[in-house]
Amino acid sequence: MIGRYLLRRLGFAVLLVFVVSSASLLLTRLAPGDFTEQASDNPAERERLRRELGLDRPLAFQYFSWLGGIVRFDFGQSWLYSRPVKALIADRALNTAMLATVALLLATAIGVPLGIYSGTARGPGRWLVGAISVLGISVPPLIGSLLLVFIAARTGWFPVGGMTSAGGLDLNWSQWLADLAHHLPVPALALGIPLAASLERLQSQAIAAASREPFVAASRARGLESTQALLRHAWPVSLRPVLGLYGVMIGSLFSGSFVVEVVTSWPGLGRLMFEALRARDLFLVAGCAATGALFLAIGTLIADLLLAWSDPRVRAGDEA
Amino acid sequence: MIRRAAILIVVLSAAAVLAPALAPYEAGRAFREFLHAPPMRPHVEGGSVVVHPLVLANRMEQRFEPDRSRTVPLPWFGASDVPVFLLGADDFGRDVLSRLLYGARTSIGLALVATFGAVLIGALAGAWAGYRGGWVDESVMRIADFVLVLPVIYVVLVLRAVLPLVLPPLTVFLLVSWIFILVGWPFVAKGVRAIVAVERQREYVLAAHSLGAGHGRIIVRHLLPACTGHLIVQATLLLPAFILAEATLSFVGLGFPDPVASWGTMLAGAGNYNAIARFPWTLAPAIAIFAIVLATNLIAAPRDQESH
Repeated sequence: MIGRYLLRRLGFAVLLVFVVSSASLLLTRLAPGDFTEQASDNPAERERLRRELGLDRPLAFQYFSWLGGIVRFDFGQSWLYSRPVKALIADRALNTAMLATVALLLATAIGVPLGIYSGTARGPGRWLVGAISVLGISVPPLIGSLLLVFIAARTGWFPVGGMTSAGGLDLNWSQWLADLAHHLPVPALALGIPLAASLERLQSQAIAAASREPFVAASRARGLESTQALLRHAWPVSLRPVLGLYGVMIGSLFSGSFVVEVVTSWPGLGRLMFEALRARDLFLVAGCAATGALFLAIGTLIADLLLAWSDPRVRAGDEA
Repeated sequence: MIRRAAILIVVLSAAAVLAPALAPYEAGRAFREFLHAPPMRPHVEGGSVVVHPLVLANRMEQRFEPDRSRTVPLPWFGASDVPVFLLGADDFGRDVLSRLLYGARTSIGLALVATFGAVLIGALAGAWAGYRGGWVDESVMRIADFVLVLPVIYVVLVLRAVLPLVLPPLTVFLLVSWIFILVGWPFVAKGVRAIVAVERQREYVLAAHSLGAGHGRIIVRHLLPACTGHLIVQATLLLPAFILAEATLSFVGLGFPDPVASWGTMLAGAGNYNAIARFPWTLAPAIAIFAIVLATNLIAAPRDQESH
């Protein structure tokens, strides 16, 4: 059963990648203006370039030869960077994946424990955490990254902009890692804060609801300490809605990372796609869109599998 | 929740219409001697609110100091020979407060038009799908699901980027609202479809049908009113999302051209590292957007507590 489910999800992923990359290629090709406009001002030169890049060929020919290349894992050449799309994207996709992963881990590490606390504790601390969360949810990545850049620039605690310092090439790997870790907090926090706040709110509600269940009272009647009763019995039950949120968050993680990349000059996939779109760099646009769609499909799949795994009924069915 | 959401929408509409009337100066008026002038502090003196005018203290650093020897009235209470910047001035010497108020018209106005369009189209498509069922239902909902899977900002970005990049402001307004409607309608349609699919089996629909009401009348007069609550909730969620989307688009230079005052173009002018650190008052639109999103979340929050 799980095999068939996986197969269907894989089919959907392939379809998603195919439709998204094809649509972005076709839309970019049909859009007014092409790459040669920013490459040269001389009409004769442009005409020559157009022939060279195959822009004088019919749309269908260009599309199908691109598709033919895909089958051989050839994603074409970026005109803007004069490099193969594959190499270009591998670099940038890694940067975006790193930013998104760190932001997600940060959000989980902050949001889930605070949610467990505010959902079970009594007193002003609970109220305070809730109030901070409502403020946090209201700071979308665009606003958050601008404010964090302001704080970073004013205090000098963190470098502003980019992923590594200028001259980062001369560093050995441990220095490079330290440099990277110094650059990460601003974009990762801008992306992670609203996610952490949503996680906190949901975890708080879920564990409050779960701890009212009779089995929690029963476990305490058996003599378990209340913290243990909460963590061992109430928390696993409350995980289900929280894990469900991860599937929803993948999309906002993506949208958010674009904005954060632009504001903090993080060299990621979103900014690459934006540059490609503006320059009408046909194959780079399609390649970025395909990679983005692939990330999206993988992210949603992982989230769904986690959700299924968190349900003991599903796990039991799997083993049987 | 629904009443408070409706109040928020009305308040924002009023702000969009009325704000420019409150602005002390025209949005495009540039005071060349006051580039990046800081906000002035109003205080009470002799029974009226006044400020000290600014004088340039250091041309190299572009540093201003208040001239404590004299005072001028606030722009609404009397004319003066020097400009009064309550929220400072931007890189062209334009009054940030005035631009914030004019920008409210552009940004909230665009979001309102797009929200209205998305709710209208989403309601009709969802109602049609839920009412007809069968292949209509299947195909409308499949399209909606597909749009919902994609990250909204990328769809908006691609659709906007493939249109001509330089366009007159009014064209931008219309095109961008259409793009927003295109990505926004599925959020509305899904809920409407679910409600209508249930409601159409109710007796009152059968009664209306037996009295001779046509399909269109049943949908518009009987079924859509059942969705009012859902529609208002969705409108409240879409509105801040669209305000933010405009800000993002304009921030990356795909929204309104610069002379137009919108919250996005203002942030685009403010958004480089040097400017942010030295002239933080140009981030005023970010605070305005934060306030609107916060208001939406405060309206949505009590509903969560009621749910269990």
